[in-house]
Amino acid sequence: MLDLVAAAGDFAFGPGNSFPTVDQDYLLQARQMQAMSFAMHVPLVCFGIAFPSLVIFMEWLGLRTGKAHFTAIARRWSKVMITLFAAGVVTGTLLSFELGMLWPGFMSAFGDVFGLAFGLEGFSFFVEAIFISIYVYSWDRISPKKHILTGIPVIATGITGSMMVIAVNAWMNDPAGFSVDQAGQVIDVKPFEALFGNGHLWPQLTHMYLAAYIVVGFLIAGIYAFAWLKGRRGAYLRTAMVVPLAVACLAAPAQLLIGDWAARTVARDQPIKLAAFEGLYETTEGAPETILGWYTDDNKIEYGIQIPKLLSFLAYHDPDATVQGLQSVPEDDWPPINVVRMSFQTMVGIGTGLVVLAAWFLWIWFRRRRLPETKWFYRAVIVAGPAAVVALIAGWVTTEVGRQPWVVYGVMRTEQAVTGADGVVFGFAALFAVYVVLVATVFWVLRRIARQPLPPEIAALEGGGAGEETTGGTG
Amino acid sequence: MELADIPAILILAGIIAYAVLAGADFGAPIWAVTARGKESARLEQAGHRSMAPVWEANHVWLIFVLVICWTAYPEIFGSIFSTLWIPLILACIGIIMRAVGYVAGGVSVSRGIIWLAAGASLLVPFALGTVIGALVAGNVPPGNAAGNVITSWLAPVPITVGVLFIATSAYLAAVYLAADARRRREDELAEAFGQRALGAGILTGLLALAGLVVLYFDAKPFFDAMVSTNGKDNEVGRICVLVSAIAGTGTLLLISTRRYGGARFVAAVAVAAIVVGWGLAQQPEILPGLTIHQAAASDEVIIGLLIAVVIGLLVLIPSLYLLYGLVLGGRFDPLAVPEAGPGEAGRDLEPANRLRMALVVAVALAGGLMLFTSDSGATLYLGLALFMGGLVGGVLLLAGSLVRTD
Ligand code: HDD
Ligand code: HEM
Ligand code: HEM
Repeated sequence: MLDLVAAAGDFAFGPGNSFPTVDQDYLLQARQMQAMSFAMHVPLVCFGIAFPSLVIFMEWLGLRTGKAHFTAIARRWSKVMITLFAAGVVTGTLLSFELGMLWPGFMSAFGDVFGLAFGLEGFSFFVEAIFISIYVYSWDRISPKKHILTGIPVIATGITGSMMVIAVNAWMNDPAGFSVDQAGQVIDVKPFEALFGNGHLWPQLTHMYLAAYIVVGFLIAGIYAFAWLKGRRGAYLRTAMVVPLAVACLAAPAQLLIGDWAARTVARDQPIKLAAFEGLYETTEGAPETILGWYTDDNKIEYGIQIPKLLSFLAYHDPDATVQGLQSVPEDDWPPINVVRMSFQTMVGIGTGLVVLAAWFLWIWFRRRRLPETKWFYRAVIVAGPAAVVALIAGWVTTEVGRQPWVVYGVMRTEQAVTGADGVVFGFAALFAVYVVLVATVFWVLRRIARQPLPPEIAALEGGGAGEETTGGTG
Repeated sequence: MELADIPAILILAGIIAYAVLAGADFGAPIWAVTARGKESARLEQAGHRSMAPVWEANHVWLIFVLVICWTAYPEIFGSIFSTLWIPLILACIGIIMRAVGYVAGGVSVSRGIIWLAAGASLLVPFALGTVIGALVAGNVPPGNAAGNVITSWLAPVPITVGVLFIATSAYLAAVYLAADARRRREDELAEAFGQRALGAGILTGLLALAGLVVLYFDAKPFFDAMVSTNGKDNEVGRICVLVSAIAGTGTLLLISTRRYGGARFVAAVAVAAIVVGWGLAQQPEILPGLTIHQAAASDEVIIGLLIAVVIGLLVLIPSLYLLYGLVLGGRFDPLAVPEAGPGEAGRDLEPANRLRMALVVAVALAGGLMLFTSDSGATLYLGLALFMGGLVGGVLLLAGSLVRTD
């Protein structure tokens, strides 16, 4: 092992090691690149997580009832699914490359700690890619019962794959399972403990899962809500709208509870991150929650609305609990307060709005056994999809920027992780040009899929737009 | 052999799989742009039909290689990715362009898309080839961007390897597509691809010979390790080179006698053998002054990784077998007459059952309460399980009652 230490000297980051200082602007650019690529990948993978089970549910309804419109929906959705999957795969590939290109310090120091999870993730997505192909290309080629079975691994591997990635992120938030020696080398690595013995894994995973169902549910429902507003009321359209809506409307209230759990976990392990969520400067007993407003240089929140003791209650379920303030650590160790605070409030605000929308829908359904009649409900559903995507990204910004200045919380600072090669960002700029082409193509293809005529027997029942779905793209 | 060598073997296996499988995905569009008019569209469609169901799975081998590399040899990964970021980003750009081709190809093809895909087919093999070439030439020192970001890969050896990669993938694509066309009994198409395969095969062979000359002048130590008998002790590596040469010639014979099915496998063997030969010749130092043993993660990490790989392979191998079985068995080929849809005799869903609703709500509420009131331990996770179980049950009941059509 001795020679290992000698050879790895260039990458050691701990005390007693002179790590090259990196130009701050340059670090900032690297961060923005990272943020942009995640922001591309994550909405797409929501479809990888949540869409397969919706498609398979539809197919199951078709098998069970023998009614053609269910099967027709499942078929059409499965084409959308594989298109978005393709985009998810390549954006994910970019992320893997990016980890090495932007953060070689991080990868070299800790690749062995969390690599195992990515290994399992790789296998999961492998199997997912295989079965998604089989599922989509074997309609009519194998018996319907077998066909629906080939969808099950797609659901399962979507879960395991993203669980592994989240395990890495949870570990970055709550690092354990290794130690750092005098020379700044990472030693005693216990990968299983690091990844799966981690208190952040389950709240983050559950929260991300529900987020995926909320995003996909509202986006898909919103697309059909357009046609609904134009007066089309056939069984095909109605089914394609209400099933995703049902999923999203139950997931949204559930998200409140899981979000509370996530916040408690942050309060326990990352007190400074929590203080940044709330812009709390002084350590306070019975801390108030401040809504809206702006955190100023003299460490106050201007124009905020205070609700006494709410923060202590939310963070510790005790209105008199003491909440640690930013003041307790040097300013160097603070994340950018306003970015974190605004994104946190955006997420919670949108989350609350979605719960109201869900309650509206559920209330009418359970009281009257019908769908809401006012056009405003459907307009709100159309807005809810993009809003959920905003909440999703805002949530990740909260988590990731809130972790700053650490890449591995309390262990490795982000400036120690970044690459020493300059110019990388220019490469990424080129890459994003290609990304734009990808996104445009995906939209165009989805429109084409949506325009394909429905099977004639269903089109006859639908009326309206001559058997054509007048929808835009998803995603 | 030591524990620290095993991940390297897995990486080699992954590179082989990526080269022989995904290589063909990249080669295919090249044939579409080199043909004219109707023929071009026919070649394009043939390529799309054969590759679309498998390209995502083929692609994951690349991820597999990266992940094993950063887990088992984090420092090698960090060094390669920081110094060689330019070719790697070019590869990324190419991969995205190729994906655009597949995504669009599903609904319609335009000339622009074909060109984009063909551009990717040049870019990705070339860029990845230069990465391997940079390792061969010893241009990537250990450290955070310690090598020159330009001259490390824009040098004779890397460029030669890059060009060789382009030729190889075009060649593999032609061989595979000829075999697929034969299976679908499209003889004219099989013939078209067969001729191209022959030409590309000869060209690839010549390029490989030229590559040896470049190696001799620019990377003598590697040349010695790989081919010459007065170099390092690398018997097996030399046998690999020999096998590759024999298999390469064999493929050409098979193609010229129109045995495309066999040619497919022998061509893959030729590529695999040369990759193994490279891997062995790249020992013991993978980067100048750094052996894989020095760079290896601790035994515990490697054992964990191997456990993961074994579990993964247990699931992966049957899945791949199923996929390629269906593809090579022609089960995804277009049907003349689609078979009937789902069974006609279905039952409508039952009306919403209040008792079940109440049960689901009660479970979810109980679970939610447990989750809300505990901070860790069994109550918390039991609460989570109950809550999520209740939620899934609720979704099924609600969706079921919403879609009843009466
Ligand atoms: C549709 C998306 C969505 C919605 C409606 C919400 N969230 Fe969220 N939130 C996410 C999507 C998200 C996320 C993007 O998925 C995050 C990022 C990291 C994570 O695990 O989940 C997240 C993170 C996240 C974190 C930080 C976890 C960490 O740093 O480790 C907290 C404290 C909350 N959320 C709390 C809430 C609360 C109290 C909500 C109540 C309405 C809420 N979220 C709604
Ligand atoms: C999935 C959604 C995610 C989003 C939207 C996201 C977003 C971000 C953002 C905004 C940053 C920049 C923070 C800053 O510098 O101020 C960042 C940094 C980073 N994230 Fe995430 N992240 C996500 C998930 C993950 C996961 C799962 C991992 C690890 C496996 C990860 C690893 C990193 C790393 C290594 C950095 C760079 C270091 C840093 O700046 O903190 N992220 N991410
Ligand atoms: C919250 C964070 C993340 C989640 C939930 C997530 C989830 C997923 C899912 C479900 C897929 C399957 C493809 C799809 O459905 O479109 C996928 C693909 C992929 N992801 Fe992510 N991912 C996350 C972050 C990351 C990060 C940080 C990386 C890399 C470092 C990454 C690398 C990949 C790769 C390489 C693929 C493609 C796999 C394939 O080829 O099939 N992902 N991701």
